[in-house]
Amino acid sequence: MSEITINSYVILSTILFVIGALGVLLRRNAIIVFMSIEMMLNAANLLFVAFSRHLGNLDGQVLVFFVITVAAAEVAVGLALIVAIFRTKKSIDIDTLNLMKG
Amino acid sequence: MSPDVTLEWGMALVPELLLLLLMMLVLFYNKLKKSASPRDVGLLTAWGAFAILLTAVALSFSATPASAEAMWGGMIRGDMATLVFRVIFLSALIITALLSIDEERLQRGEYYALLISATMGFSLMAASSDLIMLYVALETASISSYLLAGFYVDKELSVEAGMKYFVYGAFATGVMLYGMSLLYGITGYTNIYTIGGMVRANAGGISPELNGVFLISAVMIFVGFGFKISAVPLHFWTPDVYHGSPTPFTGFLSTASKAAGFAVIFRVFTSGAVGIPNDTSFWWAMLVAIAIISMIVGNFAAISQTNIKRMLAYSSIAQAGYLLIGVVTFTAEGAGASMFYLLMYAFTNIAAFGVIALVAKDAGADELTDFNGMSRRSPYLALILLFALLSLSGIPPTAGFLGKFFIFRAAVEQGLWWLALIGLLNAFVALYYYLSVLKYVYLYPTDKEDVPIPVSRSAWIGLWVSLIVIVYLGVFANSAYEWTQEAATAFFALSG
Repeated sequence: MSEITINSYVILSTILFVIGALGVLLRRNAIIVFMSIEMMLNAANLLFVAFSRHLGNLDGQVLVFFVITVAAAEVAVGLALIVAIFRTKKSIDIDTLNLMKG
Repeated sequence: MSPDVTLEWGMALVPELLLLLLMMLVLFYNKLKKSASPRDVGLLTAWGAFAILLTAVALSFSATPASAEAMWGGMIRGDMATLVFRVIFLSALIITALLSIDEERLQRGEYYALLISATMGFSLMAASSDLIMLYVALETASISSYLLAGFYVDKELSVEAGMKYFVYGAFATGVMLYGMSLLYGITGYTNIYTIGGMVRANAGGISPELNGVFLISAVMIFVGFGFKISAVPLHFWTPDVYHGSPTPFTGFLSTASKAAGFAVIFRVFTSGAVGIPNDTSFWWAMLVAIAIISMIVGNFAAISQTNIKRMLAYSSIAQAGYLLIGVVTFTAEGAGASMFYLLMYAFTNIAAFGVIALVAKDAGADELTDFNGMSRRSPYLALILLFALLSLSGIPPTAGFLGKFFIFRAAVEQGLWWLALIGLLNAFVALYYYLSVLKYVYLYPTDKEDVPIPVSRSAWIGLWVSLIVIVYLGVFANSAYEWTQEAATAFFALSG
């Protein structure tokens, strides 16, 4: 069994980030889009923690705490906006947001 | 590591702390005084922000001049550049509050509390010198802005604007955060100036095999900042969000958000944290390309717009292009010119959106045809719009002329005459659509020729103050220009 190095973490977080980014770009349900955004943020978190351990300093882990906190606030706001969207359009499909174009 | 918080550190954050206090005051006042007049929260915000502006300027005289030293463990810098940006944000807050006071649907404590917290976030963004602080400040500003864009919860346009702003904004922030994690992984630090010093010491790169990752991180970080300044190709949200948001807030968003974005671009890119700042680096070419494309896309897309808010949104994309010219010169002169431009742009664009808000409130829509015959309905309001549009297009005696002039001069002195030339040609294109608005205002007839557009007293004050500043900066620019020049040198002070 080979040893787990920093490279494994970089590859894993890249995969997570790409899945998240593709989710935001391709999925149409607002909730899934939010989950994908969370996945992008957590890919960055994973990388911060891995690098922090690898480099032996704590700056990265401190940043992760802030990211988690801020992400919680962000999701609260996002869900509030979804509720507002659902009240006006009776749908949370991103494609229904098409009043403005050009 | 010295955990002792000194008085100086506290003093450096006084404007932000006062903003926090004002935000709480606004919320409590709104909750406790149910019987009060609905205009009170707006007045409280405007007066409070005015007091904070005076305090910030007064403190800058007493504090150590241009103290470039890092404070709060290297998190923020209380230098002159921070002060200039604070003045921009606080002025934007005051005028926006004045213009919002008499909008019935904005007469709520939450609206003003969010405006104040966004101002606080922008202000901390301009001060931050560490990736951690930068991220938290940027999110403070962004989350408040998402809510403000969707503030009319029962209006489809506004909710749609809020949602689009949120999805695109969170995506851009996620990409930026990933870029930051790569940068941290390569260098081992989160402090922008420490990283910058390291990059300089290694003459342009960390190690040859990591240069590719280094570049990727620079591009990803720029995604987050480019979104804030709405530069092409990260501009797609701008027209929709500007169109759907409450109009007084659109003025605030278009100026404060752009200024904050440029503040962090100056901090990160000129410190060398993502590569040596000179014209051989790859990202220099990227910024130049983005500047040119932003100007062209913004100006040409604006021509065909029939809605004035969308037109000004595309115009603001073009303005981001002009401002980037000041960034790519990599001189204190170019940075100072950009800061002068941002200062005058704050007053100009908020005045323009203020007039639009008043006309749209009267007409119920903000199409160009709603401005027909406005000069005969309200000649003074038309005059203010005239000056705002002349300033945006860069015609003397308005501040916009000198703003563009300083930026182009800085570019020419650095041998970038071709970039200045592209900017100049674009300014002529822009003239076309700015003047076509005036055609509606001054020439076209309307069936309400002698019905004046109602304007409240506070809105008059906000608009006249903006007009006076636009003309003042256009005629006596020297003192302000020297001030921003002096402040811009702080971006190039690399110690600490």
